[in-house]
Amino acid sequence: MDEPIIEALEPPKPEPKGLNIVVCIKQVPDSAQIRVHPVTNTIMRQGVPTIINPYDLFALEEALRLRDQYDGQVTVLSMGPPMAEDALRRALGLGADRAVLITDRRFAGSDTLATSFALATALGKIAEERPIDIVFTGKQTIDGDTAQVGPGIARRMGLNQLTYVSAIDSLDLGQKAIVVRRRSEGGVQVLRSRLPCLITMLEDTNTIRRGSIQDLLRAARAPVAIWSAEDAGVADPMKCGLRGSPTVVKRVFAPSPRAEKAEMVTIEGKAPAQIGDALIDLLFARDPKLEAVMTAPRP
Amino acid sequence: MAEAPKPPAASRAGMKKELPERFRDYKDVWVFIEVERGRVHPVSWELMGEGRKLADKLGCQLAAVVIGPKAETTKRAIKQTYHYGADVCYIVEHAALTDYRNEPYTQVLTNLVDTHKPEILLLGATPLGRDLAGSVATTLQTGLTADATELAIDDDMCLGATRPTFGGTLLCTIYSLNHRPQMATVRPRVMAMPTPDPSLSGRMVWDSFKMKEADIITKVLEFVSDNTSKDANLAYADIVVAGGMGLRNEGNLRLVRNLAQVLGGEWGCSRPVVQKGWATADRQIGQTGNTIRPRLYIAAGISGAIQHRVGVEGADLIVAINTDPNARIFDFAHLGVVADALTLLPALTEAFARRLGARALAS
Ligand SMILES: Cc1cc2nc3c(=O)[nH]c(=O)nc-3n(C[C@H](O)[C@H](O)[C@H](O)COP(=O)(O)OP(=O)(O)OC[C@H]3O[C@@H](n4cnc5c(N)ncnc54)[C@H](O)[C@@H]3O)c2cc1C
Repeated sequence: MDEPIIEALEPPKPEPKGLNIVVCIKQVPDSAQIRVHPVTNTIMRQGVPTIINPYDLFALEEALRLRDQYDGQVTVLSMGPPMAEDALRRALGLGADRAVLITDRRFAGSDTLATSFALATALGKIAEERPIDIVFTGKQTIDGDTAQVGPGIARRMGLNQLTYVSAIDSLDLGQKAIVVRRRSEGGVQVLRSRLPCLITMLEDTNTIRRGSIQDLLRAARAPVAIWSAEDAGVADPMKCGLRGSPTVVKRVFAPSPRAEKAEMVTIEGKAPAQIGDALIDLLFARDPKLEAVMTAPRP
Repeated sequence: MAEAPKPPAASRAGMKKELPERFRDYKDVWVFIEVERGRVHPVSWELMGEGRKLADKLGCQLAAVVIGPKAETTKRAIKQTYHYGADVCYIVEHAALTDYRNEPYTQVLTNLVDTHKPEILLLGATPLGRDLAGSVATTLQTGLTADATELAIDDDMCLGATRPTFGGTLLCTIYSLNHRPQMATVRPRVMAMPTPDPSLSGRMVWDSFKMKEADIITKVLEFVSDNTSKDANLAYADIVVAGGMGLRNEGNLRLVRNLAQVLGGEWGCSRPVVQKGWATADRQIGQTGNTIRPRLYIAAGISGAIQHRVGVEGADLIVAINTDPNARIFDFAHLGVVADALTLLPALTEAFARRLGARALAS
């Protein structure tokens, strides 16, 4: 019985070296170019260019730096519509080694809990090949602004959660030890933790590299793995998308103007100095104590 | 909270499901009191004020949760929770809880929720509150709305948390209909600071800490204080002057700073001004920057997008200077001037300097 098994064994693969890092990124509309329909008051998304969520670029750069220093592999992972492949390809162009897109109708309408479920499941799949050392995310996205998906992933995967990190002071792969600086109220916490961990990177902590020519060329041709919910390892579709989302958006509405219309200061025929005086009169009439506040001794 | 706004889901079947049996006995409104290095974050008291209103509407109790070391500072925080309206205070004290760390805090708060079953849990949208809320909501598998700007109880006695949607014009109201507790974070200064009543007191409920320091992986090696004197104290200033893209370039921000200085106030700006690199992020006003509640707010060359609006609506008096008579900012300003900020700001600065006298000029 022993004989055939030994024969069936493949020659041992070289033990993968360095860090196994996954960076979760999101494709978002470029907020600088969003316009609002003048009549319906709704966002006009058509034709608005998409970008990688700007906060995610700090996470990606930090991941690439660690890889350059310690060796290893950086995978970028995104959940989104098929067109989110563009964002992943851009990340490959910046130097990521490989890309995975999880896309499935069943993910549509995910809130942050359902999003962290889908991403954590896919991360579990990626980790089957080789355990993940660090998962990176941006601090938050510019379209949702919740900052909840990172902690959600950490919790689901049992990773040590390190949010709002401004710098990684040291990393010891052998000891699986990491020391980071974490922004907190009124200062910075220096934390020692252990791999595997999840890091959400603070903005303006590094500068995203310009992709090398080789990376750009590779990115154009490199395959982006496209996974359905099933491919990603989702066993229970009830936990995905709208159905897996405990939050429900019940009402979307335009804010109402203040009941009392703004009092407009007339400017016709007045010099700027006169307008200034008129405005001050109105201010002091509305709040007679303002003058005292303005002239109070200053520290 | 949904990452992207979903369409109004009123028509969606199954949305109005009955609350599952296991959540029926979830009751009371809880506020997590953020104590760091002995100091209670003011947002916690702001939330207590709001929590009191929600609890009164629901006819239930308002509870505060205080987690920290066994110390005088913790004791003081507990006492204060009653002054701010708590009927009961849930307390877990242990040396391992001296500094905030995600793991033990998540454990403690999750345990408290599982044991005492609140229907609403509110936290400040601070670095600590956001770090903790995300973990706790995921552990409890419940809904969490980030950065709510308004909280209300609807006819079905559910919590509706309102926040701006992406894009700058619309608000949405989010519910966690079939899950408990209903969780939300709220940014500092979004809710008004209530007046404490030192004559009030209430019940204390202690719970034990079930972890051991040795089991907690992450250690705090050091805390490096910011020495914040150089940072803007925008959120708490009485008078704020801000500039937006209407100022056209970085140099013109000087006009905003000059006026703020004469008025003895702080200055700030809209988000694109920060994105352009004309000002640092701590100067940003709005949903994703500082929420302000000054006595007087002067906005120059700011269009009044919803994300900006929700950050300034708590101001007592809002003055808008904008060349566009149809700018949205005039929808919520008290006083408006349709004028070029580049000429009006210096004129106003001078007029104020004259009016306020030599004292203002000297500083
Ligand atoms: C998720 C998200 C979060 C956001 N968070 C924030 C936030 O926290 N804070 C924030 O401010 N924005 C935020 N924004 C951006 C917001 O939607 C608006 O884009 C932004 O507030 C617009 O800034 P602005 O008014 O300075 O610029 P614009 O919208 O470009 O307005 C410029 C205004 O200046 C006027 N103007 C032009 N010339 C003059 C002149 N010479 N004198 C006087 N007026 C003049 C114009 O009429 C116009 O009204 C956020 C957006 C998103 C998507």
